[in-house]
Amino acid sequence: MSITIVYTIATLSILGGSAAVILYLVAQKFKVYEDPRIDEVEKALPGANCGGCGYAGCRAFAEACVNAPDLMELYCPVGGDEVMGKIADILGLVAVKKDPRVAFIRCNGVCEFRPDTSNYDGVKTCAIELLVYSGETDCQWGCLGYGDCYEACDFNAIELRPQLGVPLIIDDNCVACGACVEACPNNLIELRKKFPKNRKVVVACRNQDKGAVAVKACKVACIGCGKCVKVCPFDAITLENNLAFIDSDKCKLCRKCPPVCPTGAILELNFPPRKVIE
Amino acid sequence: MLKTFKIGGVHPPGSKLSAGRPIENLPLPLSVFIPLAQHIGSPAVPVVARGDVVKTGQLIARSNGFVSANIHSSVSGKVKKIDSMADSSGYPRQGIMIDVEGDEWMEDIDRSETLSREIDVDGQEIIDKIQKAGIVGLGGATFPTHVKLIPPKGMKVEILLINGVECEPYLTSDHRLMLEKADEILTGTRFLMKALKVKKAVVGIEKNKPDAVRLFAEKSKSYEGISIIELKVKYPQGGEKQLIKAVTGREVPSGALPVAVGAIVSNVGTAFAVYEAVRKNKPLIERVVTITGKGLANPSNFKVRIGTPTSAIIEAAGGLPEDTGKIISGGPMMGRAITHPEMPVTKGTSGIILMKKTESRRQEVIECIRCSRCVRACPMGLEPYFLMTASEKNLFDIVEKERIMDCIECGSCSYICPSKRPLLDYIRYGKAKVGQIIRTRKK
Repeated sequence: MSITIVYTIATLSILGGSAAVILYLVAQKFKVYEDPRIDEVEKALPGANCGGCGYAGCRAFAEACVNAPDLMELYCPVGGDEVMGKIADILGLVAVKKDPRVAFIRCNGVCEFRPDTSNYDGVKTCAIELLVYSGETDCQWGCLGYGDCYEACDFNAIELRPQLGVPLIIDDNCVACGACVEACPNNLIELRKKFPKNRKVVVACRNQDKGAVAVKACKVACIGCGKCVKVCPFDAITLENNLAFIDSDKCKLCRKCPPVCPTGAILELNFPPRKVIE
Repeated sequence: MLKTFKIGGVHPPGSKLSAGRPIENLPLPLSVFIPLAQHIGSPAVPVVARGDVVKTGQLIARSNGFVSANIHSSVSGKVKKIDSMADSSGYPRQGIMIDVEGDEWMEDIDRSETLSREIDVDGQEIIDKIQKAGIVGLGGATFPTHVKLIPPKGMKVEILLINGVECEPYLTSDHRLMLEKADEILTGTRFLMKALKVKKAVVGIEKNKPDAVRLFAEKSKSYEGISIIELKVKYPQGGEKQLIKAVTGREVPSGALPVAVGAIVSNVGTAFAVYEAVRKNKPLIERVVTITGKGLANPSNFKVRIGTPTSAIIEAAGGLPEDTGKIISGGPMMGRAITHPEMPVTKGTSGIILMKKTESRRQEVIECIRCSRCVRACPMGLEPYFLMTASEKNLFDIVEKERIMDCIECGSCSYICPSKRPLLDYIRYGKAKVGQIIRTRKK
């Protein structure tokens, strides 16, 4: 009885030992050299695998960083300057500095301002609705509200608000990976410079129709009057195709433009209330 | 045994409510809006300006390029403005708005009803007249007819098929036209045959129109080279490729035009328009439109001037019923819902269907139960369930290999699906994306 156990153990040990030797030899023969810095860089990255950098995931980005001659073209929007600094230290290179960004949906056409004029009962995704027609409201430019951006977001940074018709981006969760920018079929989402306390002054409209047509479809549409362009002291606002656009890199949050906007298309968000001048 | 196409197809209930109603002339509307892009190809370029006085049949927009079509004024009156108006897709499209004043026709148009069967013009002249009259395929695809009549080099046309199938439920405009204008359609067919230099033409009519079959069988005896074929009832038999398969047994290869198998298909409405253009010098300014729906007081067939607002037609048929859920332009299978009733009738509008709320509502979608009924229903031999899932997952290279571009968007798969899955919605999405990919690849 006991001899059987001895034989079994002996056989398995010999098998195991010879397999280990073979595996060791094979591993030596087919060894692939991998830069240890790839692992280090990967560890420094946030590990979100969001693809915001343009690579297939954090590992691919780490490989690209290690193999690149400089880091001018490479940037991890999720980690920002801090992570890029770490990577630069590991690799002995210089990282580019970028302002942190945050996504913003340039449409404020909630149901209250932009009434529905038709009813869509097909598949509830923006991309498919857009194949059939321009959406339930008269504004062909605005948010369709079915949340293709919400589906694309991996960071819980978009709140779908079906009762309002336009989703909301939660600035604190947004890592500016750009997945929603790609997903929005109406190109409404823009990555803007992130200001302290998430403050922003922004034209929440993409309507390029003439003023009268735009305001008929939506009360808070940009009508392209150009008043904000005139009032801006920093030349941050441009007017093109009946639509104003505030360049967030030039904007200094002076808040001169929102009061002059006749339709209220320019929003100032997360500011303390204005002092009322008597 | 009647002929039909081999694979796929569905049998939606006919619901041809207006089949017994003769074609009536719709009273002239107060104003018309004539879009510049009523055909496949580049939009026409306006040749009139605001304030100009135009007559019925006068050229108001010239075709822009070979694949394009002339557009004529369908009424007489004053050009109010050249502006844009939202079409059924919700996007603004350019068009000419004309306020109607009287009904004064161009002098060279013969408005008499007299029938003339002589074929005394040569082929090139027929094509020129068709091009001048701005005739496009009236079956719904609105492809400029003159382009079809000049086959690409090296291709030979052997047979002309006249499509009298009208496989879409509800629609009866072609059926009525066949009953009332049989001789004109057959003469138009002779003109088309002469232009194409073919010896043989076949009129395909489905069995559910026995009166038209009988009439055409009788009449076609006196027209050389034209025969008629009675077809089994099956949707989408009116599709170009399906009709060719049903009548000739030939299969149009994937991605090729029907002319690759020596066939050209024209609608009966087109044949009638060709007759009017060649014989009466009349441009394409009016067409027969079916107005129907289960809640409508008087489902009818109207001869409508192009550009007439849909609301005027609904009014003439007894007004908009209370519980209307959708207004569909075209047939119930392939037509599109329109977003506002002022939408004008264009050259491609074959019918207007008022769907009740209960009929038009989509049912709840549940999981695919792998019954494969969509595969059996697809007239192009595709696998709709697979195309849908792959499109949903954005696997566009795979759906392209699975020939998604061959889909004719007939809607048979969505119609037959017991789980009410939105197959066609996703397939259209996949098609649009694959189309983009193909276009960028070509560049």
